[in-house]
Amino acid sequence: MSIAITTQIICFSILSLVILIGAIGVVLLESIVYSAFLLGGVFMSVAGLYLLLNASFVAAAQVLVYVGAVNVLIIFAIMLVNKKEDLKPISDIKSRRIISTSICLTLLSLLIRVDLTNVWSLSSPQNSIGEESTIRIGEHLFSDYLLPFEVASVLLLMAMIGAIVLARRDVMSKDISTGLPVDQELIEKSSEPLLTNKN
Amino acid sequence: MMNLESIPLQAFLLVSSALFCIGIWGLLNSRNAVRVLMSIELMLNAVNINLMAFSSYVDNNLIQGQVFTIFVITVAAAEAAVGLAILLSLYRNRVTVDMESFNLLKW
Repeated sequence: MSIAITTQIICFSILSLVILIGAIGVVLLESIVYSAFLLGGVFMSVAGLYLLLNASFVAAAQVLVYVGAVNVLIIFAIMLVNKKEDLKPISDIKSRRIISTSICLTLLSLLIRVDLTNVWSLSSPQNSIGEESTIRIGEHLFSDYLLPFEVASVLLLMAMIGAIVLARRDVMSKDISTGLPVDQELIEKSSEPLLTNKN
Repeated sequence: MMNLESIPLQAFLLVSSALFCIGIWGLLNSRNAVRVLMSIELMLNAVNINLMAFSSYVDNNLIQGQVFTIFVITVAAAEAAVGLAILLSLYRNRVTVDMESFNLLKW
């Protein structure tokens, strides 16, 4: 990469600060809408890290897929389910918090130890293909990763159909083949909430 | 200050470790189901940073880590779509997004 090392370090520090503070905001903020927008910021900063790693294609894919699709989907879901509700207090919330926080801190210290003590066998920078990574990704996708590529397309189709089937509300009033009216009660019970008062 | 040629690999690994642990903390402690999905996305992004850093520092000629990242992004998009659809139908049936009330499968 042709950027000076000082500039790289400054960019890396700013991006990682934005990522970490944004991620903490995503999990801690009271309002879920603010969390969703902060999540978009985190995704953009991760794309910036990819640019620092000479991966312009993956950075563009990250912005398109995460910020353009996943984040928008999350914001739509928040819009559809955003209802003020007073949550039932949990009796043992203190001990749960303590246990989960200690698990996370233990895992973090373990990961940091592995990161810092392991000796990574780094490759020589002379081999770097740098800006030609998009070409190399295309070659991979159409030669040795062809089968996963095709399976991914089937997976996306399945996810699309599954999401439509799970999320649709209205059903047709008449059966297409027989013309008989469809019993709506059997398909969807949107009017009466099931099981809400059971627990 | 040290004289560096590039950012060390460990810096990327540390950022992604911290991001992963924040994601796990959010996954364990959130009560809103949408926030749980957001935490899963954070964890997937941490994994992606790891893959990209390794592909750039360890395997910078045959960048297989970048191809893996593309696949992870694909699976994450599919997971978000299906997860939010499940969330919508759950919300329609139980009229809440509180994770504590989804205990039908508890023994």
